[in-house]
Amino acid sequence: MTSLDVELRSVRDGGRKALVPYFVAGLSDDWPDHVRAAVHAGADAVEIGIPFSDPMMDGVVIQEAADIALRRGTTLLSILDELSTLDVGVPLVAMTYYNLFHHLGLERSAGALRAAGISGTIVPDLPIEELGSWQSACNDQDVACVLMVAPSTPLERVERVNSLSQGFVYASARMAVTGAASDGGHAADVVQRVRLSGDKPVYVGIGITTPKQAETAAGFADGVIVGTALVQRLLGGEGAAGVEAFVGELRRAIDAA
Amino acid sequence: MTTYMNDPDALGHFGSFGGRFVPEALMPACLELEEAFRDAWADPTFLDEYHDLLREFGGRPTPVTYCDRLSQNLGIELFLKREDLAHTGSHKINNVIGQALLTKRMGKSRIIAETGAGQHGVASATAAAKLGLECTVYMGELDTQRQALNVFRMELLGATVRPVTSGSKTLKDAVNEAMREWVTCVDTTHYCLGSVMGPHPFPWMVREFQSILGREAASQLDERGVGTPDMVVACVGGGSNAAGLFAGFANSTARLIGVEAAGGSAIGIGSPGVLHGMRSMLIQSDVGQIEEAHSISAGLDYPGIGPEHAFLADIARAEYYSASDDEVLDALQLLSRLEGIIPALETAHALAWVFREAGKLIPSGSTVLVNLSGRGDKDVAQVLDILRSQS
Repeated sequence: MTSLDVELRSVRDGGRKALVPYFVAGLSDDWPDHVRAAVHAGADAVEIGIPFSDPMMDGVVIQEAADIALRRGTTLLSILDELSTLDVGVPLVAMTYYNLFHHLGLERSAGALRAAGISGTIVPDLPIEELGSWQSACNDQDVACVLMVAPSTPLERVERVNSLSQGFVYASARMAVTGAASDGGHAADVVQRVRLSGDKPVYVGIGITTPKQAETAAGFADGVIVGTALVQRLLGGEGAAGVEAFVGELRRAIDAA
Repeated sequence: MTTYMNDPDALGHFGSFGGRFVPEALMPACLELEEAFRDAWADPTFLDEYHDLLREFGGRPTPVTYCDRLSQNLGIELFLKREDLAHTGSHKINNVIGQALLTKRMGKSRIIAETGAGQHGVASATAAAKLGLECTVYMGELDTQRQALNVFRMELLGATVRPVTSGSKTLKDAVNEAMREWVTCVDTTHYCLGSVMGPHPFPWMVREFQSILGREAASQLDERGVGTPDMVVACVGGGSNAAGLFAGFANSTARLIGVEAAGGSAIGIGSPGVLHGMRSMLIQSDVGQIEEAHSISAGLDYPGIGPEHAFLADIARAEYYSASDDEVLDALQLLSRLEGIIPALETAHALAWVFREAGKLIPSGSTVLVNLSGRGDKDVAQVLDILRSQS
């Protein structure tokens, strides 16, 4: 078991639904303050989006934020450098596309993640068939590989993903890239299918936009991931105070679930 | 005996290249497609339908033309495989007819496609019209401007064209957008990828659909007593026309030559990476961000190359070179004036290399087959602008 498994199980066993906000690293000079504000407002873990030139799983909002971050000169190593001084006391999970790690080298990447205090990764373009060498490089450094289950994933694949996923299982609420949505999608169904083959924490993401949606998802899942709705606020000019207010709203909503 | 251009391994690898690097949401669709293709490709009824359509609708077989004036000029024996004479003006029809038939076989009613120069978009719209499928084409905004007439052609054929405004607004961004769209509609929609790229089974399947042109060319050269050429040459963006050509000669003595755009030379200046569902050679920055390719031809404006080409280069079965924009413009004019054929700008890369290397990398007296992958009608307005601005 990785340390991310241990920490997130203890959140669940403490009777708490996990709230995981997502940020595009390097979006502005003060992006580490956004992470701090989110943790202060009750985040249990934070997803750190590392910008990539060709984000195949991301919708327009996160694409735009990633473009801005890249134009500011953000790189994987510059982000990890900034993170190494950010001690927020909750697990950090890096989300990006495989090429960045492939290019830097798998062992070197995993070591750099761990050195920066990152304990998990989400790599949406790395399915279980191609996962092996990355997962073993990560596990050597006590970095977890969080895997995704989609509404289209057949049951026997759900089982395989479930058995390989570490930290939590990322249940994608809908057949879509990241972005706002007006309903809860297939989240309940996906979570139920994951639960059939394991007892790992299951978090719901993709299209969770409002506190109300977060509350509903927290009713059947162990945690909720909110990305686009937060990034949209940051792109609209809201800063750390805006993050703190919105994450606080989400916190209260899922605590009411 | 070693044989070349065999099937990839069970997970779609050609050596260390290829594979499937897609979101979990798309994995079932890739697996379904692989199974459907395997099944169809072994089914005589499907093969008959495919070949009948390519003959009656697609204009196959396309001829092989001997270039007497250029051969004399260059001191080689130069033959052209005339894919410009296939319906819609390029080899792209071979692939889209196959994939459109497969779409119907899978019970889907709609295709989406990406396009750079517009050739694959027009071919997709054509196959969709013929077979009664809906069609949406994703095209970089910059390319919709460079190729406005092709946008109109697609619309005439009943397709919807979606300009893509993200990233560099060219082919790679059109692929990203088509993939994003595919995630939302895999149940009803097939992604009709236009080249030997993307996740397994696309690189293999598209090569198989395109191999008709290489096999045809090999038997045509045999029939006219030329036998095996010393080299076969094709331009390479993603590399579908080259893959189809090479497939007909991979297990012969012919040298296989791919010619990339100098500003999009994934083999020449790229390094291994993962993009668009495949591990292949990519043009990328020193920190692994994908860079924009630069080429006079929208169809070669792609920072990657099909994984099987990366593999063929790696094992040195095929050789890859590049041609500059200026050489390409010269080649286009030379073929037009001396042989009465206006080639596509993409195709002119292959010709430019032959013209440059005749008597050098190509020994005098060699027999050379170039795949004339597309006609240049779509490019004449752009070429006119460039030549006028130069004079």
